Amino acid sequence: MEPPPSERARAALDSARAPDARKAAQVFVAQVGRDAAFQLEACVHCGLCAEACHFHLVTGDPRYTPVYKLWPMIKAYQRERAPFASLKRLLGVAPPESTAQALADWSELLYDSCNLCGRCTLACPMGIDIAGLVRQAREGMSAAGFAPPDLYEAAGRALETGSAMGVRWPALKRQIELQEKDTGLKVPVDVEGADYLVVLSSMEIIGFAEIIGALARIFHRAGVSWTLPSAGFEATNVGVQIGSREVAAVLLSRIVDAAERLKVKYVISPECGHAYSALRWEGPNLIGRPYSFKVVQIVELLDQLVREGRLRTRGKDARRLTFHDPCQIVRRGGVSQAPRRLMDGVSGRFVEMPASGAASFCCGGGGGVSAIHRAEKLRFAAFECKKRQVDATGAEALVTSCSNCRNVLEEAIEQYGMTLPVLGLTELVAQYLEPERPRP
Amino acid sequence: MTPTDLLELARGPALWASLAVLVLGSLWRVAAIWRLGAAPDLSEPRSTRLLAGAMRGIFGRMIPRKEIGRSGRLGALNGYLYHVGLAVIVFGYLPHIGFIERLAGLAWPPLPGPVVYFAVGLTFVALFIALMERLADPVRRLLSGFDDYFSWFVVILPCATGMIAINVSYPAGAAPPPLDPLPLAIHLLSAELLFVWLPFGKLAHAFLVLASRGVTGAALERKGAAL
Ligand code: SF4
Ligand code: SF4
Repeated sequence: MEPPPSERARAALDSARAPDARKAAQVFVAQVGRDAAFQLEACVHCGLCAEACHFHLVTGDPRYTPVYKLWPMIKAYQRERAPFASLKRLLGVAPPESTAQALADWSELLYDSCNLCGRCTLACPMGIDIAGLVRQAREGMSAAGFAPPDLYEAAGRALETGSAMGVRWPALKRQIELQEKDTGLKVPVDVEGADYLVVLSSMEIIGFAEIIGALARIFHRAGVSWTLPSAGFEATNVGVQIGSREVAAVLLSRIVDAAERLKVKYVISPECGHAYSALRWEGPNLIGRPYSFKVVQIVELLDQLVREGRLRTRGKDARRLTFHDPCQIVRRGGVSQAPRRLMDGVSGRFVEMPASGAASFCCGGGGGVSAIHRAEKLRFAAFECKKRQVDATGAEALVTSCSNCRNVLEEAIEQYGMTLPVLGLTELVAQYLEPERPRP
Repeated sequence: MTPTDLLELARGPALWASLAVLVLGSLWRVAAIWRLGAAPDLSEPRSTRLLAGAMRGIFGRMIPRKEIGRSGRLGALNGYLYHVGLAVIVFGYLPHIGFIERLAGLAWPPLPGPVVYFAVGLTFVALFIALMERLADPVRRLLSGFDDYFSWFVVILPCATGMIAINVSYPAGAAPPPLDPLPLAIHLLSAELLFVWLPFGKLAHAFLVLASRGVTGAALERKGAAL
């Protein structure tokens, strides 16, 4: 009998402990289907993608050229699967297999120096989705023991406790109670038949728990039927970040189980960029079937509620505010106008950064980078690009809709000696809700 | 073998053999990639206008996004120069149109000679700038291998041999004399080398670009993501 998925995921993680270059090559090759192959084959080595990547821009290091990060996967593909691979092997001109040492060196390129932000994808004249391919290349790296140790540990923790940061239900319960006290509103938990299921990122639960109170107030005012699950509440997916479909599928299926158990119509993806890409785009492919519910990003939902007239705000923040685009929500996720409409609703002085929206720079911490300790120095260096964008606005506060971005931005702002508060968009909206009219 | 024999070879068996390699090699390359198959995407699409996305991918990427790129500007401009230049030479020059007509039965009015000669000069310079950039820029140097340099060589070679082949002086007003068979044969053979190499190296981007931009365009459109 086949072991259950969680055991398979655990076993996949354990077996990855011993670095194995052959296995990496096999998994690299297995990643390359038709679409990926068309892209890998089309690269003309023009180097334009380098101009898009903040890691290259701040360091000038040619090794941080986006497509170069894919080299081990490209080589494995060319050696084993590309159209003339057997002929090339016969003639002795196929690229040699990457050694364990080379792959260990590449770990920095495929993890520490890539946020999966997709800016390079926009720059490539050949239309190569380099970010998507890096995501695929990580499958080979993680299966063969070449992912950063921090991510293996986080993945193990997530399998065991439900959260990469080790947050369990009692911790969330405590935060819920505090927020209930603060707002005087009941936070519905495990309510069967609610319309919307809210899942959260551990970062929100630990660092920005006010979001729970903000949601309670917003949904109360808008008359939205919602609930939080006591199991399957973690929205982030370290399996996607490390590049392990086995781990990702187990983590994802916990949310799916909660949604199906509580028979909700929608699952709300929280203020977390990569949680959105995991839940919205990768999820059904990970579990091998379409969902029985829809996934909606919180910012999309708030925008919809405002436009339907169910949510009204009053007053505006007088500070000069700017908005940081979380890559997976805006550039890669297609939610670009909703946050802007919300910003306009609550800010009297909303200014866009230069190259905002689709071409905006990553905070430097996406794609699991913020969880890799050895990458910290590089991450702070890469923030320079974001800093230039922010500085150009003269903003007095920075707003975003991803708690991971928020945390990374706060750390970098401190590191750079800047004095700029970072706010969450949902909380900002909650702050400017029209006061409830006393009932006659 | 006399120069005339060589020209016969270049115009006959060598041409047909190289064209066969070009067509079959290209078909093989595309078919071998196609055969890899694609798993269906089970996520709910934000947009189902995938063909429109593919088209936007294909045409939109002809112009780089203005927000991205820094020193790539000259490189990008230079890229346009030799692509357009090569198109003018291949499709605008009377003898080339005649060549295509003999092969495929299709013809169109040629561009004036001076325009084509200007394009040849420009293309030549642009190709050399491209090579210089490839050698001088650390990013491009790191990415480059045999394919990049050899592909450059097989593109510039027919340009050079073509210029030599037509470089005959004759009195103004007189009809140009028939071309020397030897340089013409060499020009044809160099073009045939390009035909033979095209399906196997990076020059195949001439057709792979459509697939690559298309699949990405469709995938990003599906998500409503930036294209
Ligand atoms: S921009 Fe695209 S074609 Fe150019 S080197 Fe990068 S991946 Fe290759
Ligand atoms: S996805 Fe972002 S971080 Fe990764 S290579 Fe591309 S531009 Fe750089």
